[in-house]
Amino acid sequence: MSALHIKKGSTRHSAYNLRPTFSDTQERHTIAVLVENEPGVLARVIGLFSGRGYNIESLTVAEVDHTGHLSRITIVTTGTPQVIEQIKAQLGRIVSVRDVHDLTVEGDAVERELAILKVAGEGDKRVEALRLADIFRANVVDSTLNSFVFEITGAPDKIDAFADLMRPLGLTEIARTGVAALLRGN
Amino acid sequence: MTREMTGAKMVVQALKDQGVDVVFGYPGGAVLPIYDEIFLQNDIRHVLVRHEQGAVHAAEGYARSTGKPGVVLVTSGPGATNAVTGLTDALLDSIPIVVLTGQVPTFMIGSDAFQEADTVGITRPCTKHNWLVKDTDSLAPTLHEAFHVATSGRPGPVLIDIPKDVQFATGEYAGPKPAASHYQPQLKGDMEAITELVAALETAERPVFYTGGGVINSGPAASQLLRELVDATGIPVTSTLMGLGAYPASGPNWLGMLGMHGLYEANMAMHDCDLMINIGARFDDRITGKIDAFSPNSTKAHIDIDPSSINKVIRVDIPIVGDVGHVLEDILKVWKSRGRKVNREALEKWQKQISEWRAVKCLTYKPSETTIKPQFALQRLEELTKGHDRYVTTEVGQHQMWAAQFLGFEDPNRWMTSGGLGTMGYGFPASIGVQMAHPDALVINVAGEASWLMNMQEMGTAVQFRLPVKQFILNNERLGMVRQWQELLHGERYSHSWSEALPDFVKLAEAFGAKGICVSDPKDLDDAIMEMIEYDGPVIFDCLVEKHENCFPMIPSGKAHNEMLLGEADTQGVIQAGGAVLV
Ligand SMILES: Cc1ncc(C[n+]2csc(CCOP(=O)(O)OP(=O)(O)O)c2C)c(N)n1
Ligand SMILES: [Mg+2]
Repeated sequence: MSALHIKKGSTRHSAYNLRPTFSDTQERHTIAVLVENEPGVLARVIGLFSGRGYNIESLTVAEVDHTGHLSRITIVTTGTPQVIEQIKAQLGRIVSVRDVHDLTVEGDAVERELAILKVAGEGDKRVEALRLADIFRANVVDSTLNSFVFEITGAPDKIDAFADLMRPLGLTEIARTGVAALLRGN
Repeated sequence: MTREMTGAKMVVQALKDQGVDVVFGYPGGAVLPIYDEIFLQNDIRHVLVRHEQGAVHAAEGYARSTGKPGVVLVTSGPGATNAVTGLTDALLDSIPIVVLTGQVPTFMIGSDAFQEADTVGITRPCTKHNWLVKDTDSLAPTLHEAFHVATSGRPGPVLIDIPKDVQFATGEYAGPKPAASHYQPQLKGDMEAITELVAALETAERPVFYTGGGVINSGPAASQLLRELVDATGIPVTSTLMGLGAYPASGPNWLGMLGMHGLYEANMAMHDCDLMINIGARFDDRITGKIDAFSPNSTKAHIDIDPSSINKVIRVDIPIVGDVGHVLEDILKVWKSRGRKVNREALEKWQKQISEWRAVKCLTYKPSETTIKPQFALQRLEELTKGHDRYVTTEVGQHQMWAAQFLGFEDPNRWMTSGGLGTMGYGFPASIGVQMAHPDALVINVAGEASWLMNMQEMGTAVQFRLPVKQFILNNERLGMVRQWQELLHGERYSHSWSEALPDFVKLAEAFGAKGICVSDPKDLDDAIMEMIEYDGPVIFDCLVEKHENCFPMIPSGKAHNEMLLGEADTQGVIQAGGAVLV
């Protein structure tokens, strides 16, 4: 277990042991929060972010343990190191939160997001869209004579890149799930 | 063993099993089944307040003066929304209270039913945790969990919203099971960090203990351990508003309160120390003043049960997450095992420096023979009541700060004041809660006339329940603290900061069936106070004081500890533009 893993109430949770001073640099962190899946738990987490003025770049949630009724919330957030530490500590004190992991400092994390994109077009543009989809390993999940719906999974910047390429080719709609993330290895 | 009973009966049974003897409440449609059960038993006393805000503050007063959770029972909708200020107050001051609210029946939730409010939604940000109970079988475990959450770790307010059909229906009741909860905050501190702190303490030249409400919340044993540590090491100790009484005001190492209206010697010691040991305090902005000038040359240790308090405001060098009592015990153990060392020579120099600061006599005020100075009134109150079994509550304003400065507290749980939220209207109902817990004690609410009016309806409660609470009103006919800020910060433009059309407090007391005393001549003060103490019943003591007195010392917003104002002479142009936006 990393020294930076906040166990509820643990003493040595502070990343300041590793950081020289309060710093103004904005960092992007992916935080995994294991919560009891009870009514209002998402509101508690979101309310914490809005109430204390923290950023949410993306947030995903689903029950991951149906017998234990535990959900995993993956939050991507940005802030100064001090704010990131506060976010983790504040999350940790929500009564229905069982555990908080900062995947960004705990190790190498696999981050994946799923997106569904509708691209409408004809002729060359249509061919080009299909060719790029192949390169990005996006699947066609629906097609008509003048549209495709692509499904793509990957790190958020891969999806950004794919969406950027599709835009001139007739991108009309996009739905993204937000990031799901796990640490690599064990 | 489980038993079948109605939800309403479960509520009362769970309260009994949790050792509750008093509930503060106010009935209404959505809690009638519970009120019915209260009617049918005699173990739990119910105090009918006159406003639900009063119920919550009374429960806070009960909790702070006993260390046990306070319990509130109110109806849905307006009953619940009236409780919000009290919940927020308890959250900011970490006071364990359990609030039970009625709710419209489950099948009507969401239909904008009569007296429906989204109580768990409204109170989510102002409780430590809350629950909406949707079936009777989960009611008992939720009630027990609520008491556990309110009182474990950093204490705080919790709320359980109970729909009326859940109260009527029957289900299985089981008593409290220890360790049934997932919520188990860590109590023991990290031994490595504790040893690091002890090592720093052994060599420090100018150490200071900065203690807070966490010492009180940790229980009387923590205060005892603090006293032992302070007196064995000879290290000076200061406290926040919330922590007064943990170390006795008469103790040899007592510096007095610190912070915005704290004592000169306490703030100077904080500023100049080389080792600051924060025990159960949270570097609140009333304490730190200007952050980047806060105690610039010290190593800082911070003991707190809540990990989010660490590094929230001030970066600390030695963080110790744990219960104050447990950590202090370990500190003492380690310190003793390493040979009880301190840097005696340096400490003597430090104490000498502190006596020089003390010699400034920062609480000096200009006495008067003709008008009662508020400070004088409190000095006389202190003199005439300090031998009593005394509990003090306060409202919010100048009188509150003067009370903190001029009254001495020898024991924990004797001082109840709204620190974090600064809630005018707190003190009177809190005094009712304290008196319920300590029927024979002398309970005094040091009040300002404006604050007191905010929950004056509770006179009815005091009279009905024969609670001899003493309402010691320092009546300056001003929103004194607001007036002081307007004088210092807004060019003496006193916008809406005076109390006009005040009631005749003596007649008001009499109208409620209580006793009123009015005093305006300093010569009559002692007799009047004695009359108040000796009267067996609630008293409104209308003490007409100097109207334009300012509260000093004062660290203006945005200033450092060593830039305190000691009196009127220091006040010219004090708060600069940067500080003016602060509160
Ligand atoms: C509910 C609430 N409203 C407003 C304030 C802002 N406020 C702080 S002190 C104060 C004046 C208090 O006047 P009084 O109770 O007479 O006390 P004094 O300062 O005169 O001793 C006010 C309005 C507050 N703290 N609480
Ligand atoms: Mg006043």
